[in-house]
Amino acid sequence: MHRTKVKVAEDALDANATIASANRADFDREGVRVVNFMSAPGAGKTTLLERVLGKVDARVGVLEGDVQGSADADRLAALHMPVVQLNTDPGFGGECHLDANMVRSALGDLPLAELDLLVIENVGNLVCPAEFRVGEDARVMVSAVTEGEDKPLKYPLMFRTCELVLVNKIDLLEHLDFDLDRFLYNLDAVHPGVEHMLVSAATGEGTGAFRDWLSAVAKGAPATA
Amino acid sequence: MHELSLSSAILETVLRHAEGRPVSSVQMRVGTLRQVVPDSLDFYFGIVSRGTECEGARLEQEVVAARLRCRECGAEWEPELPLFRCAACGGAAVDTVAGEEFEIESIVVSEEEEEGACIGPR
Repeated sequence: MHRTKVKVAEDALDANATIASANRADFDREGVRVVNFMSAPGAGKTTLLERVLGKVDARVGVLEGDVQGSADADRLAALHMPVVQLNTDPGFGGECHLDANMVRSALGDLPLAELDLLVIENVGNLVCPAEFRVGEDARVMVSAVTEGEDKPLKYPLMFRTCELVLVNKIDLLEHLDFDLDRFLYNLDAVHPGVEHMLVSAATGEGTGAFRDWLSAVAKGAPATA
Repeated sequence: MHELSLSSAILETVLRHAEGRPVSSVQMRVGTLRQVVPDSLDFYFGIVSRGTECEGARLEQEVVAARLRCRECGAEWEPELPLFRCAACGGAAVDTVAGEEFEIESIVVSEEEEEGACIGPR
């Protein structure tokens, strides 16, 4: 018995990146643009999608990621668009994020040829989803004003990897001591120049801009960082 | 939680390179921008590697400090907070020179001596 050092020189997430590239190639071949939609639990991802997806000027489908259950997919089913539920619990050990392989396993259930835009609603979590690309064209994250203005400083990895930040629940601003200027200052410090929109999924305020952004991405507009 | 997903990714990569041989240690470079807690990564790696060729393997992590460079004025600095605007000119076009590593450099495996393998024809 003797010991040997074996050179690896590989990013530990290379395997995920390879599958993400395969997903991306499939999406490109079918002409589907893909948005990875992320936030902490309860920031309002599903409500925002309910608000805008029916009005996006494109054929839209949703891949709904949750640890368990189909509550969010059931809500979105009312929009009469293809919605596929992906649970990370059975077989995946209750993962707190979607990775490229989980998304790949669901592609067969999605009518990609009939879609222009696929929105992947990730598991609510501000950490792990930032690490695992799934083959998306753009990353959008939602940060609710109820979460506090220091969120970008606490979760820089997430805030730095997205192309658009939606600041949600602005209808509640008058009831909170949330300092919006400070939040935007922190956001710019962590991700200088990143695009943001102030929205309220509850009242619809500002969501038209998000709907138009999705329509533009579906038509092939680059999602600039 | 983050470290659990990452340790699974490490295990998968290491096992692929180990090709069935028992692994005694793993050498990694981890950048501070990855928001990884080294002790936590070590702890979860110990759990996910149970029952595999990596069981009991030491995870040796070299922590790499973040280093940024401004594309506009050329300033280079090591940020202590996750602030990505140029500290010198306030520019937004800042490249990450170091700190995003999550690389497995090498592994140490045990190999069986194949006794009698080179003795010659039967």
